[in-house]
Amino acid sequence: MTGHSTISKPKHFVIIGNGISGVTCARHLRKADADCQITIISGESEHFFSRTALMYIYMGHMKYEHTKPYEDWFWEKNRIALKQAWVSQVDTDNKTLIFSDDSTFDYDVLIIASGSKPNKFGWKGENLQGVQGLYSIQDLELMEKNSQAIKRAVVVGGGLIGIEMAEMFSSRKIPVTFLVREKNFWDTILPEDEAKLINRHIKEHHIDLRLETELDEILDDGTGRVKAIKTKSGDLIDCQFVGLTVGVRPNVDFLKESKIQINRGVVVDSFFKTNVEDVYAIGDCAEFQEAPAADRKNIEQVWYTGRMHGETLAYNLTNSKKVPYQPGIWFNSAKFFDIEYQTYGFVPPIWGEEIESFYWEDSKGKIAIRILYQKSNQAIIGVNAFGWRLRHEYFDHAIEKGYHQEKVLGELGQASFNPEFYKSLHKEVLKQYNQENKRSIQIKKQSFLQKLIGSRA
Amino acid sequence: MKFIQKIGLVIFILAFAGFSLLPFYGSYQLEKESVISETKDIHQEAMVDILQPMYGEVYESNIKFISDFNRYFDAYNNELKSAEEWDKVIWDDYTFSLTKAAATGPVSESPSLFLAVTILLGAFGALLYILPLYRNQPNGIKNDGIYHSSMKSRGLLGIITGSWLILFYIVLYWFPAYLTNLVLMVDPLSMALSGNPASQWFLYGFIYTLAILVMGIRMFRKYRGNNYQTIRTASVMFFQLAFAFMLPEILVLLNMPWHDFKNIWPLDYSFFYDYRLEGMLGSGALGMFMLVWGIILIVVGVPLFTYFYGKRWYCSWVCGCGGLAETLGDPYRQLSDKTVKAWKIERYLIHGVLVFAVVMTAVTLANYFMEFELLGYATNELHTVYGFLIGSAFAGVIGTGFYPLMGNRVWCRFGCPLAAYLGLVQRFKSRFRITTNGGQCISCGNCSTYCEMGIDVRWYAQRGQNIVRSSCVGCGVCSAVCPRGVLKLENADEEGRINDVPIIIGNKSISIKS
Repeated sequence: MTGHSTISKPKHFVIIGNGISGVTCARHLRKADADCQITIISGESEHFFSRTALMYIYMGHMKYEHTKPYEDWFWEKNRIALKQAWVSQVDTDNKTLIFSDDSTFDYDVLIIASGSKPNKFGWKGENLQGVQGLYSIQDLELMEKNSQAIKRAVVVGGGLIGIEMAEMFSSRKIPVTFLVREKNFWDTILPEDEAKLINRHIKEHHIDLRLETELDEILDDGTGRVKAIKTKSGDLIDCQFVGLTVGVRPNVDFLKESKIQINRGVVVDSFFKTNVEDVYAIGDCAEFQEAPAADRKNIEQVWYTGRMHGETLAYNLTNSKKVPYQPGIWFNSAKFFDIEYQTYGFVPPIWGEEIESFYWEDSKGKIAIRILYQKSNQAIIGVNAFGWRLRHEYFDHAIEKGYHQEKVLGELGQASFNPEFYKSLHKEVLKQYNQENKRSIQIKKQSFLQKLIGSRA
Repeated sequence: MKFIQKIGLVIFILAFAGFSLLPFYGSYQLEKESVISETKDIHQEAMVDILQPMYGEVYESNIKFISDFNRYFDAYNNELKSAEEWDKVIWDDYTFSLTKAAATGPVSESPSLFLAVTILLGAFGALLYILPLYRNQPNGIKNDGIYHSSMKSRGLLGIITGSWLILFYIVLYWFPAYLTNLVLMVDPLSMALSGNPASQWFLYGFIYTLAILVMGIRMFRKYRGNNYQTIRTASVMFFQLAFAFMLPEILVLLNMPWHDFKNIWPLDYSFFYDYRLEGMLGSGALGMFMLVWGIILIVVGVPLFTYFYGKRWYCSWVCGCGGLAETLGDPYRQLSDKTVKAWKIERYLIHGVLVFAVVMTAVTLANYFMEFELLGYATNELHTVYGFLIGSAFAGVIGTGFYPLMGNRVWCRFGCPLAAYLGLVQRFKSRFRITTNGGQCISCGNCSTYCEMGIDVRWYAQRGQNIVRSSCVGCGVCSAVCPRGVLKLENADEEGRINDVPIIIGNKSISIKS
């Protein structure tokens, strides 16, 4: 028997989805392997854009073209083929994709990075005109159309997209009623003090914030358009737009007929492998069999995790020694109207006896910092900051090494990432800490010369 | 929009229209006496003769007056030129001074009134509009609606504004006689400050300074809560008012040469021109100080301050061009081109201008010390070409006229030779950088969009790399508009400043170099 030719054709990596996960994976594949063939498929847009920036297009801060992180020539230069099409089925036996127009496309290795789609919970009237979620460019275009000349918008769901939508309408002076099921805004993630701080800020922007309020049904004006909503407590609110922002779920419906195992998302191991050979999944659409770390969820729906999934998979696909996905210290950030939020490490909404907390808020109630630490050895485990930028590098290190929380408090000045000339809040924070704990931590003095040349250390 | 703001806007537009139309108002009548008093002794006889037909005639507009003036004057000169009697040709341009002397009518009778109802009323209207901005709103930068605005996103209003500015600069540089009425308005002010009647440059300096002050107040409103922006804006307002506008006029009052102590060669390209050197050398101790101070700034000031703080110490804190760009130009900062192609053009152009300025100055100085023998002609030619192409067309017409079309830093980015010099120091020997905060970037693009210098800030931020670019003027707006707290302007140790192959924090599976 004669053997096959040893000269193999370069592998064709096909990526479904051109979001941060898919694009990061493609970029790192190309960096590591100059010969492989790479195709990114997306129905949503020809080019990669920053999904988190969609709100700014509506608000007039940017145009679509500004949200593209790479210029259009980038893809051809890096020989990353782009195909704009919707995948409707995946035939893993023949390693073929079938598009919505029934044309087909072959792959050697398939990477599913198809992201999420907005949740809907079967509310009456949820399919009326003027009722929608916000995830894709198409959603944004629809929102532009649906919000022309409206008198009031109702936003349902107290999470990140909900508050973004409220801000978007607010920027166009459209009155907003914001329904939040929980006791306080985003309090499934934020501790009560922080959640209340944001409650106040939302109201400061004249948003009609309704806490502990749930949507019951959406009412039709008789022409198939929304005219009002009814809450579970029976209130009627007239509105011409309803934003459903009650979370997202993996966008995997097109895989239902395939042999790829689906639970909520595409089920993967810590190497992003699915149950089918040569098929991987990363980003929002992937569901880990086991959560990647104790403080992590099985589905990670954050920009940064998408990026790390992409990096790690690309590494594994181009190296013989495979590494499991192992995220470092958790970090995240957001902006609630004018207040920036950053978090590093582990800060749950409520914590157990073994953990202690120090919380400081400025007198105007718009800047805050929380440090959580182990009671036993006083090692810092997490930090929340509002209206106060913190240095990622510092906290990544401090939490990893388990710095004594008083060391961190003493070094808040150098750990701060606020712009120059911002009022230093360090003294006030220490004053409160020292009073509460009968301690006397001092700020390390900087010489005049150090201040003059802006020395960091 | 609040009622009072609408009133302010209407007042501003009316005053602006008045300002634009005023040059065409009033009548002109030339007298022999004016010709005698406004011309140099050697030209007096000829000029009195040339302009003979104009005496006593009343012109209803400056266009007719200037056209007649040019007709008679050119006829005289052309005859001499065709006869090749070069030494008799009058090379001096008396159009402006004689038109101004011939102006009669309401503006020359009550200049202060016209100043009040045009420029001052315009500033008042603008303030009525600006002061209530963002009132009763929480602190925070609002770029809402910028790309829905015709004025700020190259719409019709933007194009009209740009065209107006371009036209204004062309007239100011090359046809100032048409601005006679506007210059007349500021005569009393100029007399009060320097004891001399106003030139078109005094008018320009006055409007320029007022624009920086009024739009500086707008900056305070827009970026309130951001101390870096507030202090920086106050700084450019101070330097423009005190150093560029008041002090030079006071020097003239004291019989000293007009001198702007914060202007630095090669932006101040005529610093080593012979008339400037003689002026300084002939003005005693203060003149000597001007010369020594100017040279210290070039040789020590620029490298030293730029080493410690980056070029921002000058470009966005002190400089007059920067001052106008950061105040009047702020609404247009998003219009700068961020492509790699634009960056390539930028590097060729700005360093080309630097080389041009250095060569021109070297020839000028060589000529100066060789006592005008060999290089006189070359020096004059170079001065003419540089003054026309760079000093006027690039820095003025394009630099400011293109604000609403290509952003507010066209000159600073593509043309300013001092920015090129500061940039070289900043790129290769400085403690300044914009630090990227670990892995927090979400590639949204606000930083790049609002970078007036056209730096694709996001390209660095998203890969966790510090931004070290020669063109960065350190305005701090990328950091201000970042929604995730990713960017910080810093002066710190040189070690680790340039991290070409950064590792983004957060992924422990691998140490991926981006």
